[in-house]
Amino acid sequence: MLNNSIQVQGLQKSYKQLHVLNGVDFEVEKGSIFALLGSNGAGKTTIVKILTTLLKQDSGTAAVNGFDVAAKPDDVRQSISLTGQFAAVDEILTGRENLIMIARLRHLENPHQDADDLLNRCSLTDAADRAVATYSGGVRRRLDIAMSLIGKPKVIFLDEPTNGLDPEARIEVWKTVKELAANGTTVLLTTQYLDEAEQLADRIAILHEGKIIANGTLSDLKKLFPPAKVEYIEKQPSLEDIFLAIIGKKEEK
Amino acid sequence: METTKNYFFSDMSVLLGRSMRHIFRSMDTIITVTITPIAMMLLFVYVFGGAIQTGTDNYVNYLLPGILLITIASGIAYTAYRLFMDMQSGIFERFHSMPIARSAPLWGHVLTSLVSNAISVVVIILVALLMGFRSSAGVLSWLAVAGILALFTLALTWIAVIAGLSATSVDGVGAFSYPIIFLPFISSAFVPTESMPSVVRAFAENQPVTFIVDAIRSLLAGQPVGNDIWIALAWCFGIMLVAYVFAMRVYKKRA
Ligand SMILES: Nc1ncnc2c1ncn2[C@@H]1O[C@H](COP(=O)(O)OP(=O)(O)O)[C@@H](O)[C@H]1O
Ligand SMILES: [Mg+2]
Repeated sequence: MLNNSIQVQGLQKSYKQLHVLNGVDFEVEKGSIFALLGSNGAGKTTIVKILTTLLKQDSGTAAVNGFDVAAKPDDVRQSISLTGQFAAVDEILTGRENLIMIARLRHLENPHQDADDLLNRCSLTDAADRAVATYSGGVRRRLDIAMSLIGKPKVIFLDEPTNGLDPEARIEVWKTVKELAANGTTVLLTTQYLDEAEQLADRIAILHEGKIIANGTLSDLKKLFPPAKVEYIEKQPSLEDIFLAIIGKKEEK
Repeated sequence: METTKNYFFSDMSVLLGRSMRHIFRSMDTIITVTITPIAMMLLFVYVFGGAIQTGTDNYVNYLLPGILLITIASGIAYTAYRLFMDMQSGIFERFHSMPIARSAPLWGHVLTSLVSNAISVVVIILVALLMGFRSSAGVLSWLAVAGILALFTLALTWIAVIAGLSATSVDGVGAFSYPIIFLPFISSAFVPTESMPSVVRAFAENQPVTFIVDAIRSLLAGQPVGNDIWIALAWCFGIMLVAYVFAMRVYKKRA
């Protein structure tokens, strides 16, 4: 129990007639990265909203950092932070002001210092004093994540953190997430892409038709996949390969 | 629970600071809010004014209270807009997943509405002074005027909160304010109600804007206000209370 940061049992949720969650069970070990993999509309955001106290489940229990989300929402909120599916940043403020605002709302001693630290850590110093409205998608997302890191919450929720980002920005975000886990923070992230889960997560759970249909490490899951066939085909480079090759060349120059 | 309560005021001041930055960085909202009332004031004073019989020699004095109410009624459309944008952008979700009082983000918007409308009102009064507005009111009367306007702003702000929370598109979010902006035209704001046909007159003499306008007008003229001020205050309080209760219910449901 104490080794789990998140514990979910028999979670059910419907929106009117639509049964989105049909008894979801999973656990997330302290200090690990857990990926919830599911297609669009599978119910990932619904789970994240329940765990972050934004939404009440119909039945089942969920605990975060040892606190029941329904019974002790204030304690849960003290322990977590959320980076929602759409970047929740203030467009008119600068990046630095956004971070200071969150630090103040978390009642930290030195909001300016904390903001500076995170700007450095998330490579945002160049953009720090521009209005967020001028940021590119990737920079905006990094700020969004940086805002979630303020106050060192024990558990961080990232709902589709790389959705809509170009390949380069995606890799930047991955880097930030990996650093997080290295610091002992528990991360629950959702994604639609297997490769993202593969890149980041210690454990992967697949959400399908309201239930977790598979849950394990990547190698556990690979055993469940159909055996790899050996075929000889000419492999065309994907758009992503081409893009990265060009960017890589540019940086070498 | 203890901690979130203790921090309520500091949280709210952080959130107020945030939206005040919004206002000062997009001064065009103040300009957009004040330009129409200023144009109306110019139009009524310099074009129609000569033909309007109000029984006073200074038509700017007569007209100013109604113009102030129109200014506030246009201003609250932006309150609804800012709230709607916060709901859309997900920043409210971030706030709600943080250990702060649940209603603090909403109160931040309400305070911002008060402050930004106060700025617009001051702008309008300055323009009116240039156009010949003069008042013999003492400090107490001015305070009373400020109080009535603040209460009127709060009442409309809570209506704006309902609109902002329940709107489904940016285009629709300000629409609720049009009928409110229109109310002063069927009141004693521009012409004495005695000149209106009986049905219209009955409406005009019994709707809140007339009482508010008459009370402010008497206060600014240094005349006794009589019962108008109490009826005006009762209207403002009543609207505010009903709108507040309803807005809080929507807030619990939607946000
Ligand atoms: N507030 C809501 N009211 C009704 N249906 C909703 C609501 N939120 C989500 N849904 C529906 O529930 C399903 C799951 O949504 P969601 O949890 O957002 O999925 P995901 O994040 O995996 O894409 C979708 O079919 C979605 O349309
Ligand atoms: Mg989602």
